[in-house]
Amino acid sequence: MSTAVAENKPAAAEVVPTFTATLMIRRFDPEVDEEPRWEDFDVELYETDRILDALHKIKWEMDGSLTFRRSCAHGVCGSDAMRINGRNRLACKTLIKDLDISKPIYVEAIKGLPLEKDLIVDMEPFFDSFKEVNPFLMAGPVKGGKERKQSPVERARFDDTTKCILCAACTSSCPVFWTDGQYFGPAAIVNAHRFIFDSRDEGAGVRLDILNDKEGVWRCRTTFNCTDACPRGIQVTQAIAEVKQAIIKGKP
Amino acid sequence: MPEKSASNLVAEPQSPPKIRSPKRPAGTLYRGKEGMWSWVLHRITGVAIYFFLLVHILDTALVRVSPEAYNAVIDTYKTPLMGLGEIALVAAIAFHAFNGLRIILIDFWAFGAKHQRTMFWVVIGLWVVLLAAFIPRQLMHIFGG
Ligand code: HEM
Ligand code: SF4
Ligand code: FES
Repeated sequence: MSTAVAENKPAAAEVVPTFTATLMIRRFDPEVDEEPRWEDFDVELYETDRILDALHKIKWEMDGSLTFRRSCAHGVCGSDAMRINGRNRLACKTLIKDLDISKPIYVEAIKGLPLEKDLIVDMEPFFDSFKEVNPFLMAGPVKGGKERKQSPVERARFDDTTKCILCAACTSSCPVFWTDGQYFGPAAIVNAHRFIFDSRDEGAGVRLDILNDKEGVWRCRTTFNCTDACPRGIQVTQAIAEVKQAIIKGKP
Repeated sequence: MPEKSASNLVAEPQSPPKIRSPKRPAGTLYRGKEGMWSWVLHRITGVAIYFFLLVHILDTALVRVSPEAYNAVIDTYKTPLMGLGEIALVAAIAFHAFNGLRIILIDFWAFGAKHQRTMFWVVIGLWVVLLAAFIPRQLMHIFGG
């Protein structure tokens, strides 16, 4: 044992290997450009880097004008949904090593919302739909006692849809939303589901009414793009199907 | 005093910044999976069947206008080109019908959404089997075996 320790000489600082990846970024500066343009950047990266690190490297070392949103950098705030190699992903949760770096990595803004600059879109229409479904507890007076009690089973009923971080990856992956911006979109339905199936909530009827609208759940064509895009792994299409059933039955 | 007087303290409301909606160069094609492509096919086949049915109802209605004209139209259905067209029609209807049942299951069966991908490949399987049975018969029919 002791010999093994003795042989363990401090090794020379190991050089962490790097590699070069090419990022093709769809850029748009409303003050200069008539239309978006693709620009490529060769970035030196580590095995452990994510797309967000690559974007930082470009912004900090190559071109400070690159514009994108990010805040937490750890998949919590929902700021950095973008289209990476044709699919909606969070830049901060997409590891470069999971992508094929022998080809350029395509990065562009999410689809269906007005493009403002580079990777930034106007999120207002998205949040407007979210607000319309009353995404807050609508509870009446407490019945007996001081608390609104909920059993673990009742809590589990809507657990999946509590995980939403409002990143818009789902809504902007939906072919129906691309062509019909009036459609509430998966994220609004997910957040309605979170309260419709909450045993403490009493506003289910109101929300089901709102989502029974022409631009509500019936717009859904079950393409499953939203389920595939959700960085929280929420079974979005399943949640929409459950809301459809609740509307048919007239209750959650 | 007007109700909105407080807003006079704030700077004159500005017209919202104009955001030009850019057009080109187009972004990449969204890389959806089975779910998205089955929907694309469902819509294409649905619309194709719709136009066939429209024409077919019109040509059938022709029998009331002029039986001779009706016979002339129906005779064109017997040409090899139309025979091949019928293969395309059967292929479209078969896909639309099988996938339509898949969509019904996704919406109404509690585990439908979970198994949608498996069901898509079942749809493709059934479709291939049906066409494998139909196409040889139809070809014999067209080219007289
Ligand atoms: C034969 C004549 C038929 C025509 C002309 C037709 C046409 C269409 C069209 C145009 C759509 C709209 C697709 C979309 O908006 O995405 C559609 C949807 C649908 N069709 Fe058909 N269809 C026919 C037969 C069938 C059959 C036999 C079934 C099932 C057994 C079926 C099941 C469905 C279902 C479930 C949808 C909803 C799809 C969705 O939500 O995206 N259809 N059909
Ligand atoms: S459901 Fe998922 S993809 Fe949609 S906004 Fe919420 S976290 Fe993002
Ligand atoms: S930066 Fe917060 S989710 Fe990616």
